[in-house]
Amino acid sequence: MPAAVAIQCRDLRKTYDGKVEAVRGLNLEIQVGECFGLLGPNGAGKTTTIEILEGLLQPTSGQVAIFGHSWQENEREMREWLGISLQETRLSEKLSVRETIELFASFYREPRSSEEVLEQLELTEKADAWVGKLSGGQRQRLAVATALVCNPKILFLDEPTTGLDPQSRRQLWDIIRHFQRAGGTVLLTTHYMDEAERLCDRLAIVDHGQIIAEGSPADLIDRLGGHHVVEFSVNANGSGPARENCAWRGLPGVESVREEGDVIALNVKEPHLTIPALLDAIDQQKMELAHLTTRQASLEDVFVRLTGRHLRDE
Amino acid sequence: MSVAQETPVTSREEVPAAPRRNGRWSGYSHLLMARMLELKREPEVVFWVFAFPLLLALGLGIAFRNKPADAVSVAIVSGTGSQDAQALLARSPQHATFKTQVLSAQDAQKGFRLGKFDVVIEPGSGGGFQYRFDPARPESVLAKAEVNEALQAAAGAKAAVPATAVASSEPGSRYIDFLIPGLLGMNLMNSGMWGIGFALVDMRQRKLLKRFVGTPMRRGDFLLALASSRLILMIIEVGLLLVFGVLFFHMRVLGSVAAIALIAAIGSLTFGGVGLLTASRAQKIESVSGLINLVMMPMWIFSGVFFSYERFPAVIHPFIKALPLTALNDALRASILEGTPLVQQWPRLLIMILWGGISFGLALKWFRWT
Repeated sequence: MPAAVAIQCRDLRKTYDGKVEAVRGLNLEIQVGECFGLLGPNGAGKTTTIEILEGLLQPTSGQVAIFGHSWQENEREMREWLGISLQETRLSEKLSVRETIELFASFYREPRSSEEVLEQLELTEKADAWVGKLSGGQRQRLAVATALVCNPKILFLDEPTTGLDPQSRRQLWDIIRHFQRAGGTVLLTTHYMDEAERLCDRLAIVDHGQIIAEGSPADLIDRLGGHHVVEFSVNANGSGPARENCAWRGLPGVESVREEGDVIALNVKEPHLTIPALLDAIDQQKMELAHLTTRQASLEDVFVRLTGRHLRDE
Repeated sequence: MSVAQETPVTSREEVPAAPRRNGRWSGYSHLLMARMLELKREPEVVFWVFAFPLLLALGLGIAFRNKPADAVSVAIVSGTGSQDAQALLARSPQHATFKTQVLSAQDAQKGFRLGKFDVVIEPGSGGGFQYRFDPARPESVLAKAEVNEALQAAAGAKAAVPATAVASSEPGSRYIDFLIPGLLGMNLMNSGMWGIGFALVDMRQRKLLKRFVGTPMRRGDFLLALASSRLILMIIEVGLLLVFGVLFFHMRVLGSVAAIALIAAIGSLTFGGVGLLTASRAQKIESVSGLINLVMMPMWIFSGVFFSYERFPAVIHPFIKALPLTALNDALRASILEGTPLVQQWPRLLIMILWGGISFGLALKWFRWT
């Protein structure tokens, strides 16, 4: 079977109250079986976009097609195909986990068995506990369970792991991968680069309601020119040369240099080569290292690189 | 129980779960069940819907039960003749109802102004008396008449027409009989407005409505389930309060149970509709709480829950009677206390149906699911 298009949108626009332009001409094409991520800072228009695709918001203009159908044609039938987890839905606290899943299952013509879903999401032990007594990770798994119980063709997840502990995130990633391996299509939004990198076949970086970059995670990281970031600062009791980018730029493995106040950030491909060289260089110039950290390149870095701005200063 | 169970790991993926097909009403029945479970598990709901009206009825019923004849407090201005007045009152057949006090003109005046005395007797110069009373205070008017009657009788006046009086406090005419149907109506309004209006906005604020709309759930079924849960609660609310009235206060229920249930059901749905309209746009429970109170306020005051609306000027009676709670209270009272058949109550039922129907129609038009 040739690859079919699961979700498509053309020139999507959404303006709230005639003033706030949340989405400004967005085009997407997501293939069946793909896991696609929308990445972007808060307020970039990710949630608005995903809710328009889910048929929960009316776009100001533009077309949406789910398996070639538009929301105006056949809404009820289309809803049978979609499993949705919204950003922070608060399910009824006084219902048990099983009751909640059963409730959502009851809306679909041919849902999966609740027991099977409970088991898959490792909620069997908590089946009779009230939703109000669940931990954050368990709640989020329940939210995904209410989406999976309908046996969906497409899973929409709006920031599924925001605020979760690492173990819960990992658990959710496994669930999403499992769904995808069984042939499902996933569209998720996130502001975690590592999440997008691990889960998504392709992703789009969204800013100010527009896609500013699209591609596989490897593509995007390549564009950044380094998967790691080494940040350090020095006590500048020395003189001039320390402050010049070229001094750092020439170190092995450094792809680009960025300065923010006292902190110098290097985008680095291989930190195990860069760091010893960096320490040597600092030593040679008789400066003192005040601070040194390394971390994975994040959305922040990609974003700063692409826009010259930080994610959170508007 | 504590023995570790072996879970059959192998059959996890392969076993094809028996394909399950949901019928037309599966969503409705699950929504209704979920709603009832939630209510049952919410102790506040149990208190406000069931216990609170009973406590209110109990408190007010006891406060106004067997109300003893109010003593008439009389101030007699000291001076010549004050002895006479006292002696005459003491001799009169109703002397037990008077509480007299002799004081200076100034003190009597002050006490009267503060409501301590109902009437002031000022002995006149020629052996007569002058009564000082306040025509705006019913008890003052009454006291003046009683004091006058007692003084005249004690002084030897004969009644022109022989008359006797019989005290009557039959069930059906007491305050508690008036009160219980009023409480029923108020309770149906409260729980309709809060049970529908508040619940909906709460679900909207929690984005649960949006999540539901993201499924193939029929929106009509959702509203129907909400209305059904109201009706089930209504039966319990009304039943409890009526049984309580009958057992505790020996209230007499003249109308048929079916007629009362029908009136209560219409009332319940009416306020469900008004509640739905109130909640159709609000995004925050704070704003809907204010809105609900604003809508209910005029009805608390005017619709004759605790006292008859006849006390308000006749000019505004048509306005009062057009309120849904007035119609509900009047219909409940007529049915419970007088056994008025439903056929004769159609204008009241129509008022309720119009309020409920129009509200429901507007609510559907404006309702915001997301």
